[in-house]
Parts: sequence; C-alpha cells; structure tokens
Amino acid sequence: MIPRHLIIAALIMVVVALAMGFYVWRMPHRANVALPPSADTLPVAPPVSGPTENVVLYVANDDSGSLQARTASIPLPAGRQERAQELLRALLEIYLDKSSPHALGAGSEIREVYLVNPGLAIIDVNGAFANLHRSGVLVEELTVASLIETLSANVPGITRVKILVEGNQRDTLAGHIDLTNFFDVAVMTQLAAQLQNVP
Amino acid sequence: MNSVSHLTQLIIANALSRRRLCILLCLALAGLIAASPEEKRISIYSTAANYALQVSDHGGKDYVGLLEILEPLGTVSAKTSDGHWKLTYNDAQCEFTSEKKRARVRGKDFDLTANFLFENGRGLVPLSSLATLLPRILGGPVSFNEAARRLFVGNVAVHFTAQVAGGNPPKLVMNFTAPVNPTIATEPGKLQMTFSHEGVVSPGSQLLTFGSSAIPSASFQEKNGAAELDVNSNLPLMATFSNGSRTITVAPPAAPVASTSVNPQAPVPSPAPAASVMPSPPIAPVPAATIPVAPHYFAVIDASHGGDERGAALTDQIAEKDVTLAIARSLRQELTARGLSTMMVRDADVTLNPDQRASMANAAGAAIYICIHASSEGRGVRVYTALLPPARESNGPFMDWNTAQALYEPTSQIAEEGIAEALKAKNVPVRSLAASLRPLNNIALPALALEIAPQSGDIVQLTSPSYQQSVAAAVATGVVNVRDKLKVEPK
Repeated sequence: MIPRHLIIAALIMVVVALAMGFYVWRMPHRANVALPPSADTLPVAPPVSGPTENVVLYVANDDSGSLQARTASIPLPAGRQERAQELLRALLEIYLDKSSPHALGAGSEIREVYLVNPGLAIIDVNGAFANLHRSGVLVEELTVASLIETLSANVPGITRVKILVEGNQRDTLAGHIDLTNFFDVAVMTQLAAQLQNVP
Repeated sequence: MNSVSHLTQLIIANALSRRRLCILLCLALAGLIAASPEEKRISIYSTAANYALQVSDHGGKDYVGLLEILEPLGTVSAKTSDGHWKLTYNDAQCEFTSEKKRARVRGKDFDLTANFLFENGRGLVPLSSLATLLPRILGGPVSFNEAARRLFVGNVAVHFTAQVAGGNPPKLVMNFTAPVNPTIATEPGKLQMTFSHEGVVSPGSQLLTFGSSAIPSASFQEKNGAAELDVNSNLPLMATFSNGSRTITVAPPAAPVASTSVNPQAPVPSPAPAASVMPSPPIAPVPAATIPVAPHYFAVIDASHGGDERGAALTDQIAEKDVTLAIARSLRQELTARGLSTMMVRDADVTLNPDQRASMANAAGAAIYICIHASSEGRGVRVYTALLPPARESNGPFMDWNTAQALYEPTSQIAEEGIAEALKAKNVPVRSLAASLRPLNNIALPALALEIAPQSGDIVQLTSPSYQQSVAAAVATGVVNVRDKLKVEPK
C-alpha cells in the first residue's frame, strides 16, 4: 500500500505540472495581447548622421497667434533633400511635445520632402497631420507658414512649395487654408513677417 | 345632292352641340368639386418615404390614423381586445383605450391631448398629440408643424437658397438640397410652386426680397401638408429645372431674337455665346455674355461652410457653420439698416463649394464681398485679404480664375483698413492678415474674410446675439465709411 503522504505529494505535483503547462501554453498568446498595436505602427526614424548645425525654426504659437523664430542645434545630413526632411521633422518634434505651443494631432508626420528643380519643394505629410489638425483660418495658416518659412530659411533656392497629404492633393488643410495651389515663398515670407508682428 | 349634304351638316352640328353640352356639364361638375371645401391632409416626410394621409374631424378636433402613419416607417401591427387597441411598432408596445386620453407607450403612461378614437377598425389619435407621441414610439426626433400639418421624421427637411442673378432678363435661381418636383402654376403677377411631396422648409424668412424690379420678391408659406413658394413679378415667368432637379431657375421666357435674315421662314439662329471677361470656374459650362451689369447689391455676405461641411467644431455642440450664418444674418441686418442692399450667398444650411460661392458673388455685381468665419482660437476679429502670387501673367481681357482677385487687391485693402478701424473704435481686438483662403482669390470684386473669435475668450460669446450684433454693427460701419472708395473700377 502506498503511503498517504506520497499520494498527496504526487497529486500536488500533478496539479503544479498542469498549472505550469497551462501557463506556458498561454504565454505566447498573452505576449501578443500585451503588445499595443500602435506601438509598432509608428515608424522609427533612422538616426541622423552629420554635423550639428544651428538652424532657425519658425515655430507657431497659438497663445499669441504668431510665428516665432527659434534657434536650434540639430544634426543635419549633407544631402539637400534629407536636410529639408530633418528640418521639418525637428519642427514637428516641437509641435508633438506635451508642452507644444501649437499642438498637432498625435501621429502627425512629415512623410517626405521632395526638392524639384528649379526651386520647387513638395512637402508630403501623413493623413494624421491633416485629419487631426485643428480647423480655423489662423491655426491652419500658422502651420503652413511655419513649415514653409522654416524650409525656405534653411534650404536656399526654394521659391515655391506644394503641400500634399499622403501623396495626394487635398482641397484644404482642415477646412480653411487652400492646399490646391502652390505657395510662393516670397509671398509666404511676407506673410511670416506679418505673423511675427503681434499687435 | 344638296339636300343630302345639308342633312349631313345638321347631323354633324347636332353632334357637336351634344359634345359641347357634355364638356360644359363636365366643367360644371369639376367646378363644383373645386368649390367644395379642401380636403384636410397631413404630409409625412421621412428617410423611408414621403406620403400624405387624410385628416378627419371629430368634435372639432383633427384626427389621423396612427397605424397609417407608422406603416411606411417600420414593422407595425395592431389588434383589438377588450376595448383596448394594442399596437406594436418594431420593438415598441403601445396600448390605447377607446374614448380615453390615457395610453401606455413603451410601458409608460402617456396622455393624449384628446380622447383616442376607434372607428371602423382604425385607431385615430388627435393631430395635436403627434409631436410628443411619435418620438416615444419611434425612438427618434420628430418635427411637426401642426398649423401646416407637415411632419418631419428625422433630419429630412429640404433647404433652399434663392437669389436673383444679374443679367437681362434677370433670373431667380433656387438651389435645393435635394431633388424637387413641384406643381407649377402661373397667373398674372406670380408663378406658384407647390411642393407636396418634398419636405421643403422656409429659408428663414417667409418673405424673400431680391432687390430686382423684375422679380422683386417671393413668399413662402406652408399649409395643408404642402409648401408653396410664390414668385412675384411684373413679367410672365417660366421655370426650368437643372442639376438633377436640385436647381430651379425662374425667368421670363426668352424674347424672340430679331432676325437679320431676309428669309422670314428661316430658323432663327440662337446668339453665339460671347467670350466672358468675368472669371469662370475651370469647368464652367457656358460663359456669360459680356454685358456690363449695374450692381444689384452693394454687398455680398457669405456665411462660410454649411450643409455637409460643418467647419470647425467650436464646441461639441457648436458648429462653425451655424455661427457664421447667424453672424452673416446680423451683418445683413446692419448693412440694410444703413441703407446698403445685401445678398446672402447662403441663408440656410446648404452645402456650397468655393466655385459656386465665387460664381454667385461675381454675378451679383456688388461693391464688396465679405466672407464670415468663426473660431475658438484667439480673441476678437481677424480680417483677411487674399494671399496672391506677386507677379501674374497677363491673359488679355480674360481673368485667371485662381487670381481673379488680383485686380481688386488695392480696393480690398482699403475695405480691410476701414473695417479694422471701425472694429478698433468699438474696442474689438482686430488683426489684418492675408490668407490663402478660397474663394477670396476667385472673387472679382473687393473681397474680405472675417474670422470672428470671442472677445472674452469664452466660446459661448460667439453664439451671443449681442456679441454678434456688436461685431456686425462695427463691420457695417466700416463698410459705410469706405463705401465711396469701393465703387472704383478695377485697374
């Protein structure tokens, strides 16, 4: 006859083995559930290589309804087009920060900046940038002027800018500012001067 | 032979007189029917169907069959037991008792405004109870115009705008938010359109005035389950439909063209359309003739957004399109009070694209175009002029649609300064800027956009009639101050 304490010990071991087996079987599933889907949909920006440069970013401020020139030191690659992209991505970092003076929607991105000779720059933003943008003449104008003025002030030779959303033309940014036409940089510089002049 | 012929003529004459007698009798009968009291009816408009039902009079009160109202809207059944009339509509259970006001709807007591009637197997409810009874049964909003007996289930009303387009002869153009098919009748001095099957509602005012001597006004009224729009004119009018029956154009019939042909039997060629110097949208179907048009209005007011396009969500409840319309109406009132005729691009909740807005403004031949926007950002009023490229190619007598505003830039800036000064004088914070904001660049007259924000920072102020009126009054004063400088020809 098997002693009683051995039977109890064997039963406990069986229960523990079953529990561990169940735990191991559930682990991969839990790992899949635990990963938030948004975490891996955000693209990881490649590390920028290049010397750090002082640049002027034109940052929109909603409180004063103005553009403010802000000097920043950021690493910039040598290529003109890559440089333009990094400039605008640095600008967006400010807008996506918690203490942003001009908040943009979460997930807003600059997809690409294309420089087409002679003097045309095409800024392609993602859907979240436009779809989650606040609607209003001034608030949309500040965003557009900020992008264009930052680009033209730091990348010489740009005379016209076109803004696309997900590679396509869009009527307005968020219901007001017209995106169907090209923006003339000289005119936008005059506008930026108006926007920096807070009454 | 002659006598046979005479006899035949007599028989024919006799037959004709009998026919005439029959026609006269039919006309008399039709007259009697027409003279009898008009049958009362209620019209119901819903997404499922638009239909009309007969209204019956019981003890001086109007009644209608409840089952008949609900049948087109969902699954409905009714049965009678022990003097109770039990009705099931989708998942709603209702119970009515003959000659009693008290009923039960979805398990709760409900009091009708008069006794429920059970007649010839039909359950009749008083018309005056429908506004409160139907939302409980249907579980959704219902709008009921009891005086006109027009019931709207859900947001199904058809809105319209009406304005007289300049030209010779002038045309009244009405744009509806859905296709319409009214019954049209004409009589001296007016053209009457009766909308029996469409939920057309008033554009805000029963009397529409157009400032045109040929088509001075139109009146809108709702009665007996229908809407009537009477267009008043001292000319004979004709209505034509376009845009999938969403647009009705009322105008005098085209006058016969004086033919220069020596052969009077030859078909008269229609005049070839002349090239237009006014800008047109890129897809404009027919260019307008080059006829100098005297201004019909001094100002064109454009309440931005509207219809499907809500504009900014100023709060969860306040949409920009509603605030802009309220301010636009206030501005119209202030300008009219100062003796300046105005045209509203939209006076109802309708969707218009920038090309349509610009076309309407350009056709009005006005001295100034003012577009209204509203914002929760910042304080006070921002006055915008068009942001245009510095140098433009010359297109000879033609204007580029995208830079039509260029010729009017100096005058627009004069207007901007005048309005900004007037707002400052009222201590309203004001800022003057340029913006790439359509349709400003397509407007071929002095043009401005105003973005109005609350002065106090409290967004609710934007919906305050007193704030709207004070801003509108300042803007109107600014327009009056520069009115003499606006009537200059473009350079």
